Amino acid sequence: MQQTRLHAVHVELDGRMVDFAGWEMPLLYRGIVEEHVHTRTAASFFDVSHMGRIAFRGADAAAFLDRICTRRIGDMAVGVSRYGHVCRDDGGILDDVIISRDEDHHLMVCNASNREKLLGWFAERRSGAVEWEDRTLETAMLAVQGPSAIPILEQLLPLKLADLKRYHFRSISMLGQTAWFFRSGYTGEDGVEVIAPAQFAEIAARTLMERSQALGTPILPAGLGARDTLRLEAGMPLYGHELDESIDSISAGQGWAVDLTKDFIGAAAMRRVQEAGPRRKMIGMEIDGRRVARQGAEIRADGATIGVVTSGAPSPTLGRVIAMGFVDATRAEPGSRVEIDLRGSSVTATLCKLPFYKRGK
Amino acid sequence: MAVPNDRKYLKSHEWFKVEGRSVTIGITKFAADELTDITYVQLPAVGKRVTAGQSFGEVESVKATSELYSALDGTVTAVNTALADAPELVNQDAFERGWMIRIECDNLGPLEGLMDGPAYDRATG
Repeated sequence: MQQTRLHAVHVELDGRMVDFAGWEMPLLYRGIVEEHVHTRTAASFFDVSHMGRIAFRGADAAAFLDRICTRRIGDMAVGVSRYGHVCRDDGGILDDVIISRDEDHHLMVCNASNREKLLGWFAERRSGAVEWEDRTLETAMLAVQGPSAIPILEQLLPLKLADLKRYHFRSISMLGQTAWFFRSGYTGEDGVEVIAPAQFAEIAARTLMERSQALGTPILPAGLGARDTLRLEAGMPLYGHELDESIDSISAGQGWAVDLTKDFIGAAAMRRVQEAGPRRKMIGMEIDGRRVARQGAEIRADGATIGVVTSGAPSPTLGRVIAMGFVDATRAEPGSRVEIDLRGSSVTATLCKLPFYKRGK
Repeated sequence: MAVPNDRKYLKSHEWFKVEGRSVTIGITKFAADELTDITYVQLPAVGKRVTAGQSFGEVESVKATSELYSALDGTVTAVNTALADAPELVNQDAFERGWMIRIECDNLGPLEGLMDGPAYDRATG
């Protein structure tokens, strides 16, 4: 199994290590709920070095990315990031990615589980003057998320972050080494995602913990467990749950991440879906009682199956069980009552809009 | 973490503590740790029958849902009602305050095939 450059830190912090897409990653340190709450009320750091980081260079790099990504890439200014999908011809989602434009390259961050698949897929579709380099192993990636993330980081770094817009990034360089700070995240909180040379990861994490503690606002480690419950409350899709190759971006409720005014692989299929209207809709569910509906549970109404749960968990912030899933577009009205099948018995739930949680301004 | 040797263990991580014909059932510290934060424990009512090899309830955690199995046939005589409001007791004290149900049994024979404390400890080490 692959280890990140923070492995020694995880072990020292008593992280419970699990296999995640071939990487040995911390599921939790002190407890999923505690880490979740600390992220919402203070700030946490997450080792997300397992995520893929691929740099694209060459005169035709932007054109190539425009062809393989659902969002427009060619018009991005330096310092801007964009979320989008990479899709098959039939619209099936191969991955969800963030592409950022730097001075001399475009950087794509993709899911760990899809990195190899994407690299193979790009190689088969290479055209023009474009080259890419898998930078996953030579860099590390840390997400610092929570209301105190930006104020603390600004005290520790020679870098302004408060004025950095969401989905923009800034870098600092020293002695030929560069670290990038992206105003983005996967928790529903403010914060940054940082990419730096791998050898800086450990000193960065240790300094962040020590100095934030000294400043009276500890930034503590959080694992994949809290990352999942945080993103679920924030209504964000997770590849392998809400997104996969069997569904196109429009049907997956991610039409905002698709630009049908340009051409890209999968665009024709998605135009057809858009014209006909998507058959399913992504919705939230508030579940009665304390039993948890998880991925694969059928959603029913009036005795008929109308959809399926894609993710579910007890929400630490709401104090109740929540879920995301897909239901027939005609049955997706928020407020509708449904039943969810749980291994023979069932629970009742109310359909609701996403997200479940939105941070205060 | 010491595994008490005053009871027997199933491979599915339930423990069985015998006092006369009365058997108290819970899950191990190892299982509770694996499940992570437990948010709900569904248990049968007093008077219900439980059957050897069959599920008598389930444990919900942030991470997973897990069935609870009995090694014995019996009738439920007591349920740990404290778990309704404080399911985290299972995480905090799986072998004592986190107990789940107590059953009255006629035949304790099946317990002989279960693991003792050291054997369970080795199996989960």
